Amino acid sequence: MLYREAGQFRATYAEDQQIFPLRQDRIGIAAVLVLAFVVIPLAGNQYWLSAILTPFLIFALAALGLNILTGYAGQLSLGTAAFMAVGAFATYNFVLRVPGIPILAAFALAGICAALVGIAFGLPSLRIKGFYLAVATLAAQFFVLWAIQRIGWITNYSASGVITAQNYSILGIPIETPVSKYVLTLSIVTVLALLAKNLARSETGRAFMAVRDMDVAASVIGIPLMRTKLLAFAISSFYCGVAGALYAYTYLGTVEPEAFNLDLSFRILFMIIIGGVGSVLGSFLGAAFIVLLPIVLNYVVPPISEATGIEISHAIISNLELMVFGGLIIFFLIVEPHGLARLWQIGKEKLRLWPFPH
Amino acid sequence: MGGPVSFFFEVLFSGLLAGVMYSLVALGFVLIYKASGVFNFAQGAMVFFAALTFVSLVERGVNFWLAMAITLAVMIVLGVLTERVVLRPLINQPQITLFMATIGLAFFLEGLSQGIWGSQPHGLDIGIRDEPMEWLAERTGMFLSQFDLFAAAIAAVLVTVLALFFQRTRIGRALRAVADDHQAALAVGIPLKQIWAIVWAVAGFVALVAGLLWGARTGVQFALTFVALKALPVLILGGFESIAGAIVGGLIIGASEKLAEVYLGPYVGGGIESWFPYVLALAFLLIRPEGLFGEKHIDRV
Repeated sequence: MLYREAGQFRATYAEDQQIFPLRQDRIGIAAVLVLAFVVIPLAGNQYWLSAILTPFLIFALAALGLNILTGYAGQLSLGTAAFMAVGAFATYNFVLRVPGIPILAAFALAGICAALVGIAFGLPSLRIKGFYLAVATLAAQFFVLWAIQRIGWITNYSASGVITAQNYSILGIPIETPVSKYVLTLSIVTVLALLAKNLARSETGRAFMAVRDMDVAASVIGIPLMRTKLLAFAISSFYCGVAGALYAYTYLGTVEPEAFNLDLSFRILFMIIIGGVGSVLGSFLGAAFIVLLPIVLNYVVPPISEATGIEISHAIISNLELMVFGGLIIFFLIVEPHGLARLWQIGKEKLRLWPFPH
Repeated sequence: MGGPVSFFFEVLFSGLLAGVMYSLVALGFVLIYKASGVFNFAQGAMVFFAALTFVSLVERGVNFWLAMAITLAVMIVLGVLTERVVLRPLINQPQITLFMATIGLAFFLEGLSQGIWGSQPHGLDIGIRDEPMEWLAERTGMFLSQFDLFAAAIAAVLVTVLALFFQRTRIGRALRAVADDHQAALAVGIPLKQIWAIVWAVAGFVALVAGLLWGARTGVQFALTFVALKALPVLILGGFESIAGAIVGGLIIGASEKLAEVYLGPYVGGGIESWFPYVLALAFLLIRPEGLFGEKHIDRV
């Protein structure tokens, strides 16, 4: 009843090509944005803003980056965290060494640095495919972390490679409180997510998907493989780099290179599997799921342990978390390989007919 | 003897022997890949699971061989369960999906093994001392561990047995047929599900052997799961489908890693073991994209 496209005519090309052609979608997105930009900063408490919503947005951005590479261009990468690390440490150096650089410019430049590193480690993708490539991206993961830990210049010769994000401000407003950090993160993520949504339906995005589905066939119909694959690596790493910069500057404040270990790469891979491979919305759903799961477990398990009288220690909870993660991955792959985003899609299909059965 | 030449050979040999240890882990990957086309990321977790189960049994006073038999039985059950619960519902899915499922399995096993047996590290003694052999040191001036030689011997036996198993037995032939083409194998009456269960059980056995040797060397602790990460460059260097590749790849990686650490490490700040094998394997891949012994695939549109 409510979610129908009937009666919405697209009379101009501009109308036909807008990102959200359905009026209900536009209203929905506007509502979400109002909620995220206005209601949550006013109503949310510090804990929620700084410990749940900000990391959620950052992980969603990183997942989006990986999704562009894996979901759209079909190149599996296990080195996401390395590109995030490049972003974080590049931002630190830009702010440190270029006096008075606007923070947004530093983020963008850091993203570009990550993109360059991404291109370098994407080069093997021209020759090797599939699992061989996935393993090759591990080289990025280990090499980048090693370089950051060993080359003192990158961390400004701090002991054990820990960096602390400098204070920064935008247009004279210092970004210090959880609310301002949240709003900054949200703005960047919103812009980049809209760009990604657009990218997916552009010529580049279609070329990505053609390469994903079969790269030999794609090159036969005239898609330049080298440019397309490297572009996918570059764009993906840019997103991951910006996510890494935000990870250091709006979430943690103090980061060590080890924060960007293989575990983080896997975590982000899980986000896109659970959320939906090849879907912008899926990146957000998956990130929400993975961020919230440990919190929910921590809330749920103690009452159960009290009720059943079984002592459940912290170590068991963390092991339980691993098992639940692993089990859910397998569950999702078997039951719904397209993830939460697909469930949402099915929900929308149902909504179109509601309240009638046909 | 003595001096730089002898030192070079000492580094080379100890690297080669360390490489054998990587090969042991890589073997488990190759087995499963050969027979089912699944890149089993959970192999490292299986190694950890096997070693932890074994060591916990021994610490609870179970006889060495009995503990071995029980662990083997557990690994076989695990293999069969994996086939039943994870792989069977995913038949006909893209390989990447199966790969991601094994990542999930790896997490599950890591949580499970520590949930059951606790997460404190254990020592493991299998009766072979890990110290340099004196008679060899006296004659050649090289310090090589007795343990390394023992591990190499075990690996040689294992590879021979596996090669015979693959080449000579009925099941082995069925495995190779399945590896070539699932549908064709089904068409000539090979029971695909049983074959997969068998191969996962065999991989479980290899994981047990690798787990015992690695566990005896480094102690049984969570870091054992990272052993798999050491085996990955071996795999891409040797090719996913080749047992010989796993051995040769392991030797190359082991030797070059040690040599690089000793001769190149000081110039770049050391600790290059973490990424050097990957870069080396990558360089190989740029020349031969399917690894040294991997099968060449022809892409058809």
